Amino acid sequence: MFFRNSLVLLCSALLSRAEISFNQDIRPILSSKCIMCHGPDDGVDAKGKPSRKAGLRLDTPEGAYAEKKGIAAIVPGSLTDSEAWIRITDADDPMPPRDGHAKALTSGEKELLKQWIQQGAKYEDFWALVPAKKQTPPAVDNNAWPKSDIDKFTLAKIEAKGKQPKSRANKRTLIRRLSLDLTGLPPTLEEIETYLNDTSTEAYLNLVNRLIATPAYGEHMAKYWLDLVRVADTNGNHHDHYRDHSPYRDWVIQAFNKNLPYNDFTKYQIAGDLYPEPTQDQLIASGFNRLHLIIDVGTALPEESHFKNVVDRVSAVGTAFMGLTMGCAVCHDHKYDPITQKDFFQMYAFFNNFDGTPETGGRGTPDFYRGLQKPYIELPNADQKAHLASLDQKIKATQSKIAELKKQQATPPKAAETSKAPTSPKPDLTPKIKQAEKQVAHLQKQRASFTRQVRGAMVMRERKDVKKTHIRVRGNYDQLGEEVTRDTPHFLPALKKSGDVATRMDLANWLVENENPLTARVAVNRFWQQFFGTGLVKTSEDFGAQGTWPSHPKLLDHLTLQFIESGWDVKKLVKDIVLTQTYQQSSSGTSVDFETDPENRLLARGSRTRLDSEVIRDQLLAVTGTLNREMGGRSVKTPQPAGIWKMVALPSSYPNSFKADPAPADKRRSIYTFWKRGLAPPQMTIFDAPSRDACIARRERTNTPLQALLLMNEPEYFKAAAHKAKTLMDQEGTEDEKLTRLHETVTAHKPSETTLKVLKDGLATFRKDGDDHFAWTMIVHTLLNQDSFKNKQ
Amino acid sequence: MFDPQTRRQFLNTTGMGLGATVLGNLAAQAAQTGGHGYHLPKAPAKRVIFCFMAGAPSQLDLFDYKPDLHKRFKEALPDSVTKGQRVTAMTKGRAKLVAPSMFKFKQHGQSGMHLSEVLPHLGSVADDLALIKSTSTTAINHDPGKTLFCTGTEIPGKASMGAWLSYGLGRMNENLPDFIVLNSAFWSGDRQNVQGLYSRLWGSGFLPSKHQGVPFQPSGDPVLFLSNPANVSRKTRSKMLDLVTKLNEEEMSKIGDPEIQTTIAQQEMAFRMQASVPELTDLKQENEAINEKLYGPEVKKSGSFARNCLLARRMAERGVRFIQLFHRGWDHHVGLPKKVRGQAYDVDQPCAGLINDLKQRGMLDDTLVVFAGEFGRTTYCQGKLARDNYGRDHHPKCFSTWMAGGGIKGGTVYGETDDYSYNVVKDEVPVRDFSATILHQLGIDHDRLTFPFMGLDQKLTGVNPAKVVKDIVS
Repeated sequence: MFFRNSLVLLCSALLSRAEISFNQDIRPILSSKCIMCHGPDDGVDAKGKPSRKAGLRLDTPEGAYAEKKGIAAIVPGSLTDSEAWIRITDADDPMPPRDGHAKALTSGEKELLKQWIQQGAKYEDFWALVPAKKQTPPAVDNNAWPKSDIDKFTLAKIEAKGKQPKSRANKRTLIRRLSLDLTGLPPTLEEIETYLNDTSTEAYLNLVNRLIATPAYGEHMAKYWLDLVRVADTNGNHHDHYRDHSPYRDWVIQAFNKNLPYNDFTKYQIAGDLYPEPTQDQLIASGFNRLHLIIDVGTALPEESHFKNVVDRVSAVGTAFMGLTMGCAVCHDHKYDPITQKDFFQMYAFFNNFDGTPETGGRGTPDFYRGLQKPYIELPNADQKAHLASLDQKIKATQSKIAELKKQQATPPKAAETSKAPTSPKPDLTPKIKQAEKQVAHLQKQRASFTRQVRGAMVMRERKDVKKTHIRVRGNYDQLGEEVTRDTPHFLPALKKSGDVATRMDLANWLVENENPLTARVAVNRFWQQFFGTGLVKTSEDFGAQGTWPSHPKLLDHLTLQFIESGWDVKKLVKDIVLTQTYQQSSSGTSVDFETDPENRLLARGSRTRLDSEVIRDQLLAVTGTLNREMGGRSVKTPQPAGIWKMVALPSSYPNSFKADPAPADKRRSIYTFWKRGLAPPQMTIFDAPSRDACIARRERTNTPLQALLLMNEPEYFKAAAHKAKTLMDQEGTEDEKLTRLHETVTAHKPSETTLKVLKDGLATFRKDGDDHFAWTMIVHTLLNQDSFKNKQ
Repeated sequence: MFDPQTRRQFLNTTGMGLGATVLGNLAAQAAQTGGHGYHLPKAPAKRVIFCFMAGAPSQLDLFDYKPDLHKRFKEALPDSVTKGQRVTAMTKGRAKLVAPSMFKFKQHGQSGMHLSEVLPHLGSVADDLALIKSTSTTAINHDPGKTLFCTGTEIPGKASMGAWLSYGLGRMNENLPDFIVLNSAFWSGDRQNVQGLYSRLWGSGFLPSKHQGVPFQPSGDPVLFLSNPANVSRKTRSKMLDLVTKLNEEEMSKIGDPEIQTTIAQQEMAFRMQASVPELTDLKQENEAINEKLYGPEVKKSGSFARNCLLARRMAERGVRFIQLFHRGWDHHVGLPKKVRGQAYDVDQPCAGLINDLKQRGMLDDTLVVFAGEFGRTTYCQGKLARDNYGRDHHPKCFSTWMAGGGIKGGTVYGETDDYSYNVVKDEVPVRDFSATILHQLGIDHDRLTFPFMGLDQKLTGVNPAKVVKDIVS
């Protein structure tokens, strides 16, 4: 309904406008209604017919203006000469055809096309493929409001719509919003008090500085990245065996905490293994190339598995770093974007040279149980290192002892002494040697078994000879087409090669060079999305022609350039965003506000969004005082209902049954939760967490009865409420004081008088159903189930 | 029928996500122009019960009768038949020796449909079935095969069929999910080699997650987190929700976000589900003797395929749109005859019972029952080959599936395979056509049920053109 209304508004707004913008107005129409048949795809379809119908191409001016037998699809300025217009308006047989493959043009769309042709049918380069341009912040009426250039861009648009921004949210709302946004955890009572007591003009800045420096910041920022590159703890295919990517996860957390510049963050992941002397971090980061789904050996053909892995790797690079749907060009030229199948396989060639097997295997070996597949590096911690060293030393000592004994055994008695007196017979050393050998075997076994506790990080490694790459006909792994070499897509800046053969490092450098129009833009947009719920480009996974037009194109350019100029400084970008007036607005509004702009694209209020599943759980554990803040390490199995793995796992899967880790590991932050791709933790997926089968740049936010049931009945969540109730009962204070403190802990706000009365009445009525602990538990439980608890506002 | 405990009348008028669907909107739009809400003028089926046979049943031993194949026992399969087609890692480089089925086939019903002797009960409803012998797929391994069959592509991340229907058609009831998944907890055919399932098979992919399938558990809570904590009574729960609603309403007055009202409504729905789900799974009102006669003895065991068929019928009665049953244990690489007998025992009588039960209740006409696995099995043997003992590898080029009820022409045999049951020789039905046909029966044009994601108008039937198998619909 909203869509239709807004479309009408949009159209009427446009009709009154003088100049039609190709990128904003025309390209979306062509893209959704025409380009499927009259676009970049110059191949053949499944039936062997040309994909491009009538040889006509409408996505470029050359194609549209081209004359064939005196007829051109579009003649700038002339409707009557434009064959396309004639066909579009043909009453009996209009374009697009009525066979159902494309929706009909609306009258508004026809009107726009008409005006565009009349105005000269000017084409523009696609905005996302042109490097960001320097933008002067616009003039605004309310000069007192903006705190930064960012605010000027947003305010100008708000004012243009005849609206005013909302006032600044109150301090309690702000500290909760900011804590959840920067750390994924709620503020403590002490933190709230400190902030409220800080009456300096720097109070908010101090708060931002404090939060962004906490280790929880990295944990929270990493969560979004792990969705994007599909990090999980199992293969994802067939047996869905254990696969340990936790070192990669820990590296991402640390990278955000240490504020590794985003260009290095990118380079380490694409080509960390190719630095001259790669650091441990660079090697772990190169494990990005190992995050794809993988199958266990035995059923598929290795060539097929290899192909699928590489396609998955390239598609991930496309989504995560380039914001392009590269995967669409595996089988044919892209239907909407200028990505040819050749472009795809040139990119494929960079990732085709992995020095390892394409399938997991080695059942029963230590690697199998460690969730590792070669190549990997060992990552013992200090204690483990010491223990391994002591074992190695013992092994070495025993081995030299054996050598010594063997030497003794072989040496004949000395001649000089034998002449004088009869020597005692030489002792037989064989039993001693045997015993020592046994000891070595035992120690080695001990070492192997101990190694299972040591983590390893799977890394990327190149084969010595570069594997040939062929285009695959219609995406079939076994149908080889033209041979191609490593290169970047033809429509983007040229690759600078460091040698004869382009390397992944060249590609990594290319991704983060200033002229690359995509990498920084795509990243900046995703960071923006984290704080406002929706990106400036809503389709944060797709910056192609089918993606959405940015709500604030100039602001996006501005942020992009600032980001690059800052040295790809993520913390600075985050700070710039949260320090804006735009971010600090109150999120309350009238029903009209919510109806006309449900997604808050205008940014005329603070964004109110449902928290992610991880934040909901972590927050619940935090406010009930049960959260375990230990960081890093292998993933932990947090409790889940009995038997749910059994319903999907193979008997031969490892692991095939679920056993929760004992306390207190079960109360770790959700970022450390074991993620089985075949059945991800229901506490997470019920609240829209993806299964980590595919790269996800933004989560859906739904509101369902199953979510209500989860918060009502999840046993661990209820236990946490009971725990909190006990703590409250043991504390000093009146009932009112306790209720107030509880309310403040859970919501960051003091209860209103009405609320306090509601809670007191509630406590009284719950006392009728059970003892005092029960009643308090139900009160805590009630507060954890209110809507505001699962929302950031 | 069960009277839902509505705590507040106003809920009926709030969002709830009920009816707020794509076609719902179309319906509203279409109503203004005097058209119909669905794409198509007719929607013979209101709901679907999809029996998914995970692991891939052997068409040769169940449905695709090849009487002359026994003459070719142990002969090498001619290259002219295989045409260099892709095989699995298990077959590559090995001899392909023909293994005829050891089972006798019998004709059933007026249509004279041939079915294997291990499917006697299904034979009794042959005139209700449309047997498709020419189903084909592109996948040769289980995981991609199942992902393709359930979500339209081998690549994970897409929406499943049930999610599409929930998105496209909306809810038919206010107390239960519109897409429920029932996995068998045990099976008779094969215990060593059992294929895994993945939540993506009933996932919502790029669609909002409210459309994802809700798996029912055979023990414990049927729906995860359904039951109140041990000491919380329904009365206390009701009080607690009253309290929560008061808090939410106060918040609503301050913030104004209509999403708060949705939360209130969903909490009410959760409360109703706490009654409606146990009512659904409580079989006390059922006639045990009749059910045993219909569905067979296994119906007494929770988690059996038979029990799940009975539950599926109860869900269908209560307005659940899409019910998907997964029965594992069909991957018979070796020792097939014994295993396929066990699996047939699991599903034969329950499927026939389900069809008869629906018929008796007058619901078969608008309930589409579907039976399919992810692919078929090879005509050549894997492992030891004897007349009465053999195994079969995965085979994508032809396999048998069937549909019944919901406007399907019963007693139809559609499509033909060659003498080896290796290639389709007539009327091939790729998975996308199979899916398009299901959508068609629900009044949906598969080309028009779309959702924009990753730059594409995504469809259940994928990017290649699909067509409805018109010859099997009445």
